Amino acid sequence: MTARIQVPAEARRGEAVEVRIVIQHPMETGFRYDALGRRTPRNVIHTLLCRYGGAEVFRAEMGAGIAANPFLRFFVRASEPGDIECSWVDSENASGTVSARLTVTV
Amino acid sequence: MNPPPGVDARIINTPEGALQSILNGAPMRKGRVHLELPAIAENGHSVGMTVKVDSPMSEADHVRRIELIADKNPVPRVATFVLGPLNGRAEVESRLRLNGTQRVTAIAQLSDGSFWFDAVDVTVNELACLDGG
Repeated sequence: MTARIQVPAEARRGEAVEVRIVIQHPMETGFRYDALGRRTPRNVIHTLLCRYGGAEVFRAEMGAGIAANPFLRFFVRASEPGDIECSWVDSENASGTVSARLTVTV
Repeated sequence: MNPPPGVDARIINTPEGALQSILNGAPMRKGRVHLELPAIAENGHSVGMTVKVDSPMSEADHVRRIELIADKNPVPRVATFVLGPLNGRAEVESRLRLNGTQRVTAIAQLSDGSFWFDAVDVTVNELACLDGG
């Protein structure tokens, strides 16, 4: 799974920085049938967890109601320089992680 | 989806069941939450959605979670976003799949336990679940 995370290169302490993440994933609904009439099993990224400096800052629990290649944008308050790390798991237990370095200036 | 304890499994995938599983009998009030969705979506495969909540996001007063309900989706509980004082701003953007023209509701639970909501009616010209798309 390919994924991309974007955070500003640097931020001032206390500032809410924008985190954007997009993951390549079909978010298969489980309601589709293939050409042979077989149901395509449901496979969605059900949990995405973001940590900043080791502490959990954001969690998303999702289903098939989130569009394919899920995109999320949220905010994190800059405190110490550190990594913003997002990891996720799908219904087939496939997981992935992306992270970005946040530099904090005074 | 599987219902949490105390919610009837037969109604979890209805808007009422979804609401009950979130509120668990608690009241919710309109306000503080701003849900942004287009009034008309060309198709339901990917509809941009932004939800913002008026909150200082401090230790004492912050948004605990934001829930999204799409009334006519096969699974109305679309997503849960768990937030906290470390976010600095209560704003989340994503893209939804919508199975037709319907009402989408965003419910925020604040740190004092209260629920606030906003709802938007979206006209979807081509459904997300109709074909193989």
